[in-house]
Amino acid sequence: MSSEMLLPAVGENEAPFWEAAAKGELRIQQCAGCERLRFPPRPMCPRCQSTESTWALMSGGGTIYSFVVPHPPLLPQFNDLAPYNVILVTLDEDPTIRLIGNLVDQVGDKINAVDPSSIELDKPVQVVFEQINDDIHMPRWLRV
Amino acid sequence: MLKDATAIVGIGETPFAKGLEPSECQLASEAIVAALADAGLEPSDVDGMASYTMESTEEVEVAKNIGAGDLHFFGKVGYGGGGGPGVVGLLAMAVATGRCNVGVAWRSRKRGSGQRPWAGAHAQVTPASAWTRPWGLLRPVDEIGLLTRRYMHLYGATRDHLANVALAVRKHANNNPRAIMYERTMTREDYMKARWISEPLCLFDNCLETDGALACVIVRADRARDCPHRPVYIHSASQGLPSQSEVMTNYWNEDPMRGPAWTCAEGLYRSSDIKPEDIKVAQLYDAFTPLVLLSLEGYGFCKRGEGAEFTNDGNISIGGRLPLNTSGGGLSEAYVHGFNLINEGVRQMRGTSCNQVKDADTCLVTAGEGVPTSALLLRN
Ligand SMILES: [Zn+2]
Repeated sequence: MSSEMLLPAVGENEAPFWEAAAKGELRIQQCAGCERLRFPPRPMCPRCQSTESTWALMSGGGTIYSFVVPHPPLLPQFNDLAPYNVILVTLDEDPTIRLIGNLVDQVGDKINAVDPSSIELDKPVQVVFEQINDDIHMPRWLRV
Repeated sequence: MLKDATAIVGIGETPFAKGLEPSECQLASEAIVAALADAGLEPSDVDGMASYTMESTEEVEVAKNIGAGDLHFFGKVGYGGGGGPGVVGLLAMAVATGRCNVGVAWRSRKRGSGQRPWAGAHAQVTPASAWTRPWGLLRPVDEIGLLTRRYMHLYGATRDHLANVALAVRKHANNNPRAIMYERTMTREDYMKARWISEPLCLFDNCLETDGALACVIVRADRARDCPHRPVYIHSASQGLPSQSEVMTNYWNEDPMRGPAWTCAEGLYRSSDIKPEDIKVAQLYDAFTPLVLLSLEGYGFCKRGEGAEFTNDGNISIGGRLPLNTSGGGLSEAYVHGFNLINEGVRQMRGTSCNQVKDADTCLVTAGEGVPTSALLLRN
């Protein structure tokens, strides 16, 4: 993984997520009016139409909803890693909120380190953060 | 009311190939002129046009090339492969309400020789992709692969069920000289040995990459009866964008398996005399084999979770309960954002398909499941 890797686009909607991630916290946007969590972050609450929001601290726990193992042809930065895993994690706090990520055995491992045949759906995972640069700490997931 | 108020009276298409020489504009113009000739109409009769937002040939250019008359309607429908039947439905509304009298819908694409759409530098086309691509979920096949594995886990579907789809559709293509896979047969072993693209999906779960263009012509039902071919009536048309859904990465709601097909079907049957049990042939959008399983459920041919089982016992082949994608579909005829499914639906209603379903008097044509979608019910 190098500086050429695909970095997340961070706009005003996304910035609080990445600021929290840099502190090792998983935070999800929450309506200041009715407290509904929502993801991906956006300006208005679909339940009460409030445009005020805060960022709620999550436990970092979730379960594997699904996963894929991509093979080439891929973007160059991922071709060299393939086959690797991409998992979709349902957060413990809200079953409608799921995060894309990668399963690793320890922080800093490459995303192709886990044997894909060992990945099981509905198993619990816990978030960890891998520092990529000063601004971006990517969430990855460890099996509990 | 839209019901049976308009009809498709002409279809046209260019050859399909991995690489065609002419520009997308030329291919579009050729397909439209062919569709007009098929309808017994002149290019100067055209006063309405509709296509996909992803279509790169603009009305202005195409209209100039074909020698269209003054246009009174032009419009586009979004979401890529979710668009095809939506484009026809939009144009049918314009024709039915008198906004225009002779409408052409088209799609022209050099996907086979161009860059893959996901290969753009950062490919940040939707806000949601900021939350998926950096972890290596890059391509449509990866995005649908995630839903597929969950589906398999929930309902006990296997690769054999996905193979059922790929094999049935390939067999249909083997009877269709226009199909890219006309001369290429496939066995279950071929399928099982194919290379992975994104596990659990292999090469043959993916559609083709094709250059080509297609078009159809729509007029009001009274005028349709004067055209040379048997009119193919647009009985019902619908679009579906479910509450809290996403484009491709539809992961942020309670039930990602209940996708746009369900919403679209509700609108389709609400204004239809035709119900799923009346439908004897269907063209279901097949950019990926699992989309067919989800669509079988969403459009009411079986219950939730039974789409995989439905593909057994030759059910989706000629002679079965619901022959699917009888020209070879996106998997084996051509992948032109599903427009070939529309033209094949018309051929089935005319009785001129290479894999004609006996006594078929209605045909369902759907757009992409997994994106805001659309569908048509055609009848003869
Ligand atoms: Zn709210």
